[in-house]
Amino acid sequence: MIDWPLVSVIIFLPLIGALIILFIKEDELTSINIKWAALLTTLGTFILSLILWLQFDYSNPSYQYEEKFRWFDDFNFFYHVGVDGISLFMILLSTFLTPLCILASWNNIKKRVKEYMLSFLFLETVMIGMFASIDILLFYIFFEAVLIPMYLIIGIWGGNRRIYASFKFFLYTLLGSVLMLIAIIVMYRNTNSMSIDFLQGNYFSYNTQLFLWLAFFASFAVKIPMWPFHTWLPDAHVEAPTAGSVILAGVLLKMGGYGFIRFSLGMLPEATEFFIPLIMTLSIVAIVYTSLVALAQTDIKKLIAYSSVAHMGIVTIGIFLVNQQGLEGAMMQMISHGLVSAALFLCVGVIYDRMHTREIEFYGGLVQRMPLYATVFMIFMLGSVGLPGTSGFIGEFLVIVGAFKFSSYVVIGAAFGIILSAVYMLYLYKRIIFGTITNNKLADILDINTREKIILIPLAISVILLGIFPNLFLDPMRLSLELIITNYEIANAK
Amino acid sequence: MLNNIYNIFFIPEIFLACSSFVCLLFGLFLKKNAFRQTSNLAVFILLLTILLVYYDSESNFANYKSLFSHSSFINFFKILALLGSIASIIISKDYFLGIKLKNFEIPILFLFSTLGMMLMIASNNLMSMYLAIELQSLSLYVAAAIKRDSISSAESGVKYFILGALSSGILLYGFSLIYGFTGSMNFEDISFYLSKYDNLNLGLIFGLVFVMVGLAFKVSAVPFHMWTPDVYEGAPNSITGFFAIVPKIAAVALIYRFCLVPFENFYLEWSQIILFLSIASMFLGAIAAIAQSNIKRLLAYSSIGHIGYILIGLVAANDDGIKAASIYMFSYMIMNVAIFTILLSLKVKNEYLINISDLKGLSKSNPIVSLSISIIMLSMAGIPPFIGFFGKFYVFIAAIEQELYVLSVLGVLASVISAFYYLRIIKIMYFDESKSEGIINFQISFQSKIILSLSLFLIICFIFYPSLLINISASLTI
Repeated sequence: MIDWPLVSVIIFLPLIGALIILFIKEDELTSINIKWAALLTTLGTFILSLILWLQFDYSNPSYQYEEKFRWFDDFNFFYHVGVDGISLFMILLSTFLTPLCILASWNNIKKRVKEYMLSFLFLETVMIGMFASIDILLFYIFFEAVLIPMYLIIGIWGGNRRIYASFKFFLYTLLGSVLMLIAIIVMYRNTNSMSIDFLQGNYFSYNTQLFLWLAFFASFAVKIPMWPFHTWLPDAHVEAPTAGSVILAGVLLKMGGYGFIRFSLGMLPEATEFFIPLIMTLSIVAIVYTSLVALAQTDIKKLIAYSSVAHMGIVTIGIFLVNQQGLEGAMMQMISHGLVSAALFLCVGVIYDRMHTREIEFYGGLVQRMPLYATVFMIFMLGSVGLPGTSGFIGEFLVIVGAFKFSSYVVIGAAFGIILSAVYMLYLYKRIIFGTITNNKLADILDINTREKIILIPLAISVILLGIFPNLFLDPMRLSLELIITNYEIANAK
Repeated sequence: MLNNIYNIFFIPEIFLACSSFVCLLFGLFLKKNAFRQTSNLAVFILLLTILLVYYDSESNFANYKSLFSHSSFINFFKILALLGSIASIIISKDYFLGIKLKNFEIPILFLFSTLGMMLMIASNNLMSMYLAIELQSLSLYVAAAIKRDSISSAESGVKYFILGALSSGILLYGFSLIYGFTGSMNFEDISFYLSKYDNLNLGLIFGLVFVMVGLAFKVSAVPFHMWTPDVYEGAPNSITGFFAIVPKIAAVALIYRFCLVPFENFYLEWSQIILFLSIASMFLGAIAAIAQSNIKRLLAYSSIGHIGYILIGLVAANDDGIKAASIYMFSYMIMNVAIFTILLSLKVKNEYLINISDLKGLSKSNPIVSLSISIIMLSMAGIPPFIGFFGKFYVFIAAIEQELYVLSVLGVLASVISAFYYLRIIKIMYFDESKSEGIINFQISFQSKIILSLSLFLIICFIFYPSLLINISASLTI
């Protein structure tokens, strides 16, 4: 094992990079230095997080690389971080996507490069910190601090309606998370502990659980987002700059799913049992409804945003099936969606940078001019549809297998959603890529350049890798998920 | 022990009173630079007073037991008030020189008002409490109207005076009822007398309500807040800064002590009043601030909202509540010092900044300042990882300890509403495109710079070592 504080280094390395950037004076010449500093920091963080994976002990279901320091003298709040099978891939997802985001913004962010990079590095710190916290207060602080950089990213570098979108994003998610704060304090008052580890075996009385569950639900359902709390997402996605959408879809939505697994399942099992029908209903409505809405969109980003809501519906079904296949499927779907939707947003960014529009009607016949682009776009499109061999398939397949144990109605709903997802994605692909070029402005559009290849090819490789070798990812998380399921079953058997 | 007559001068309040007179004479006989010199002297005096309060563990003042009391809670708030007034004297120096208001009486008014506040915090008797309140209020009435040739300043002074006098009258009437029904002015005696009864009789309830109204006026809790926005707006900026930072500290300490010492056994009676004041203040503070275009009015409503949160700690009425109040008050003071330091140094076209919309484009012309304002605003909104979050967090811990779930949920909802207007300021600085750049000047003196950096340091770095403040506030007894 490693005897230096690896997790803390991974958490705070981006912040140190941000501090260095803070002291670089920004002008025309030095903005390139700022970009390089940000890129190198995030790459360094990614490499360190790979060590986390390589040194990970697959046979240990609980937290590894733990670090614990006393933080408050009067209450049992600790600076307590660590990684288990569930958080490992969430951290990897964050560290993998952030350098890609920095690269994706290399040329198209022209104003306030310094603030932009500062926001991204701060965002990376809080994202990793959130997934790595074992103390709930620490978790909460990181969870809310995410709002600050994201608010700035949408508000400063966003599109025309960026101010509306940024306020909606901030206030909507804040409203959810403040209720969680109350729930956290109630939990602390009941148990005198803030350790996620401790609380996962320590259950509250039934009525308390119901209220706590609702408070956590308010926060995570907005974050993930579940229908009908999803309305902030299309606005935020459409107005955010490309890299902002990537992080939003790739990582921030996963905070909701992660929270459901850790808090709802892990700490409030009896209440979860009670609320499962609600979740299943909302998820199926979300899958079917948002898929249909996605079908009707004219803006590419909005279409992908709605498809995210539908995919997250599959995730919530998987989580609340509370069986091995369901949870593994949900985790795989989250990782897969993190890669695929991030990649799709990057693909939209590629053509948006060239044409400055995201209207579907504007495009058509891109395959004539951009064959390479058409190829990578196809990989991600198929990943989103869930074609066997891509990452999307594993998640959806496992969730459906798990759902058969629960109820065939849920299976029908989920399967219907998957068919619809094929419909809107293929239809989208047909409209922008196939056919002949009808719009004269597209006549001399260029294929993806080296920088874009560097961004998109790793994503394409990992989408296929995930589809062909799912065990690479499933093995480390299996025991941690089993632990949660066992705890859940013991609690409900009582 | 008064075994030596000179020891009397080492009692902080007596020291402060005597040196304020010395300071007054000093200013009177100075020919040049009277304002600057008296300000410096006033800061020095206040620093010495802090030392005296800090080392005054076996208070000689306790010899006046029937009039004043002595506890760690009192000392903490006294030091807080002294720090606040030091900060506001330092940051307002350049502003007064800038608007050519060089009356050397200003720092002396601050000194007397601070003295009044120290007495207010320590008072243990209805009579001494009333006199202390009057001492600090009278100085503040004059301070609000100090810019004699400005109509708005005079208006705010008169408004403040009339409403303040009215509330003092109500307060006094309440005192007389309490005295009439208990036969004592002393807090402990009242408490002892009341401990024999299970309920308050009608006369005492009226007395309690009247006193609560008067105190609510002093802390500017809704519905007795009407003076706050007007006085904040009309008074010169630096006086507004003083109003925002210091008197609130004393008034909050007083309302805590008044509820928890003489009436501690009658929680049910006063907690309903405080509960209403708290909820109303949080929501009105949050909603009314949204429509403001004047930064001083906005900060007035924001301070009303903060008072609502501080009063949650009083509704909880437990040790955690006292702890929460002291942490919240500390964070409130730090955040207000920081924001007013910036406001007193920002000039738009050679005028001091008033309209929020003038902040447009600040992030381009002055990135560091706009970053600082953003951090302060986020901290005031209670977004982690800044100090404002921990103030709110502790308040909610206290409330949930007492099982006040509805109150805490209402509190967090109000904090979401109030986040909107704090975010609006960030939006104006960062998101709005400005065509006219370079009209905003930021000039700050070296001393104010120290104050600003120190307070920003505390806002940002509190999270790394919270135990320092928390251990102090956990040890406070009322």
